[in-house]
Amino acid sequence: MSLRKLFNFHGGVKPAYNKEASIQLPIAAAPLPPELVIPLHQSIGGTPRPLVSAGEHVRKGQLIGAPDGYVSSAVHASTSGTVKAVELRLMPHTSGLSAFCVVIEPDGKDEWGDLAPVPWRSMNSDEVRGALRDAGVVGLGGAVFPSYLKANAGKQGHLNTLVINGAECEPYITCDDMQMREQGEIVVRGAAILRDLTKARQVLIGIENNKPEAIAAMQAAIKATGETNIEAVTIPTRYPAGGAKQLIRVLTGIEVPHGTRSTDYGVQCFNTGTAYAIYEALELGRPLISRIVTVAGNVETARNYEVRFGTPMRDVIALSKAKPDTDRIIMGGPMMGYRMPSDSVPVVKATNCILVGSPALFPPPPPEMPCIRCGECARACPTDLQPFEMYWFSRARLFEKAEAYHLADCIECGCCAFVCPARIPLVDYFRFAKSEVWARETEKDAADQARQRYEFRLEREERDKQEKAARLAAKAAETKAKLAQAGSGDAALIAAAAARTQEAEGKSNAE
Amino acid sequence: MIAALLVALLVMALGAVILGATLGYAAVKFRVEGDPLVEKIDSILPQTQCGQCGFPGCKGYAEAVARGEAEINCCPPGGEEGIRKLADLLGREFKPFSDGFNIEKPKSTAIIDEQTCIGCTLCIQACPVDAIVGAAKQMHTIIAGQCTGCELCLPPCPVNCIAMVPITENVVTWKWKYPAFSIGKAA
Ligand code: SF4
Ligand code: SF4
Ligand code: SF4
Ligand code: SF4
Repeated sequence: MSLRKLFNFHGGVKPAYNKEASIQLPIAAAPLPPELVIPLHQSIGGTPRPLVSAGEHVRKGQLIGAPDGYVSSAVHASTSGTVKAVELRLMPHTSGLSAFCVVIEPDGKDEWGDLAPVPWRSMNSDEVRGALRDAGVVGLGGAVFPSYLKANAGKQGHLNTLVINGAECEPYITCDDMQMREQGEIVVRGAAILRDLTKARQVLIGIENNKPEAIAAMQAAIKATGETNIEAVTIPTRYPAGGAKQLIRVLTGIEVPHGTRSTDYGVQCFNTGTAYAIYEALELGRPLISRIVTVAGNVETARNYEVRFGTPMRDVIALSKAKPDTDRIIMGGPMMGYRMPSDSVPVVKATNCILVGSPALFPPPPPEMPCIRCGECARACPTDLQPFEMYWFSRARLFEKAEAYHLADCIECGCCAFVCPARIPLVDYFRFAKSEVWARETEKDAADQARQRYEFRLEREERDKQEKAARLAAKAAETKAKLAQAGSGDAALIAAAAARTQEAEGKSNAE
Repeated sequence: MIAALLVALLVMALGAVILGATLGYAAVKFRVEGDPLVEKIDSILPQTQCGQCGFPGCKGYAEAVARGEAEINCCPPGGEEGIRKLADLLGREFKPFSDGFNIEKPKSTAIIDEQTCIGCTLCIQACPVDAIVGAAKQMHTIIAGQCTGCELCLPPCPVNCIAMVPITENVVTWKWKYPAFSIGKAA
């Protein structure tokens, strides 16, 4: 349909997509659970401060966690009810660690607090960004980076291209597909807001050609809304076309080099779900309190649900009925997802998919063999890295050398491990090496700070010593001058002054 | 002929004098602050400022190592990795910790029991990195993010109300494990 010239990104793979099962039924609203567990830390960056305490009544959309620091995003109550506790609860995180969550017992009324649309057209960009931050809008494609940090026009004062990411390349996941089909107009309106905020010359909505209904729906939505400079573009299906840098490459031909940002090239990328959330936040004044979640894999009826944040995953899975041989829950897809420590962990802003697994569906990988340096991984890597070199150094814990091969640019897409004939779990090595590098950097920063504070203290002590010496010298001089003034007359006076001086000196020595 | 030679020699000599003077001047004018080797060693040391090495702080130890007066295995907080890095930098042989020196402790921060504290300010005077705040006769508190875990504030406290608490992992500081012991791939 589109005559636009498209480009290829390097590498990529074609895994089995397994998306049919979850697109048979429309999106359903997940019911209110008996208890909502809302983690305060849900986005990249800081942990919001809790604003409520046990016993307090909250309304739907009420701010319960205030952003702390520059990279952080607010958290809201996803229904009305009573705060039962603010306590440590198991997080939807592979580590199996806990973090502070606001536990809410719903009152069943699901009553919104006062909502007011944000007059964003008459606000300056800082005010709009503040509004997005307070509405808790973060990237819903899975990276959960606070959106307000991205929603600006950049140094040039305008973007050339705003990319809306509807590629959804990861197997099993269909939440963006279904949202574009059912709520396409709002996604387009959200994209139009982003277009105006970033002063983008054109908006390209990239959708893989395995989603013809979504493409048709978006084209119809663009027509229906009458928005200009927005185009839905069909792109070839190849994993990971939905990676930000890969999609930008496909749509604009721009190759964003290692260690640089797409904004340097006048391009910025947002997920379709994020565009939807931005419309809701600004036009309706509704903070982000729910999202669409795909439940798929080892279940009777795979389907998409609109789920309030804080809903335990098991309550959502129950709607789709997990099969009896279920042995694992994965948040995200089979390529980039994370294994959950339990099915009791809550749905959060990052939960695009709950993938239910079984040994039959995901058999244990065959044992790892030595790398034969065949180079398949490098041919498959969409970021043009050399995974076998990074693997070698990560394995040997030579992290600096792994970094020299641009370890930090690895997007953990799993293409390399997917093609590796030796079945090496390459991504596991990269995640390990990355977290070691990161820990070292944090340690180094702390050490530098400690060094500065120590040196500052030494300086201060030195200065104090000198000041004290100067004070004493001044005093001694004064006394001498007084002595001289007293003249030769009264011998008793002189003796008394001398005694005082001696006393003072004695004191200063003791000090 | 000889005149030409003399002129050439003179020009060269003059050049040498001018260059020498410039170099000498530059050496004085643009002198690098501090000894670069000391700085390099200091950048490897963990900056705990605990004094276990027998010097008042990491900088003092760095200077002693640079002068060749101290061994490279005297800094317990740096661990074996620290020794290895020093060995690499200085081209010396790796040397394990001597007995009694290698007590590897989990990284900790100090915490004051604020109910017991009598506000004597002795710990403030002991803290090498000014991580303790408080005033005379007032409760004292340790800024956790700035405490290096040196333990120097423990002995001066007259009421023993400072304790070392190991830093626990959280969701942000958690590290992926080496794959051999990993939880396996997600799918
Ligand atoms: S694909 Fe596997 S075996 Fe081949 S070079 Fe890469 S890591 Fe080695
Ligand atoms: S996981 Fe990293 S190294 Fe492997 S293909 Fe993807 S980007 Fe390249
Ligand atoms: S022992 Fe303590 S003071 Fe000495 S170098 Fe190591 S950290 Fe610094
Ligand atoms: S030394 Fe102990 S009692 Fe004194 S101020 Fe410090 S913590 Fe309080």
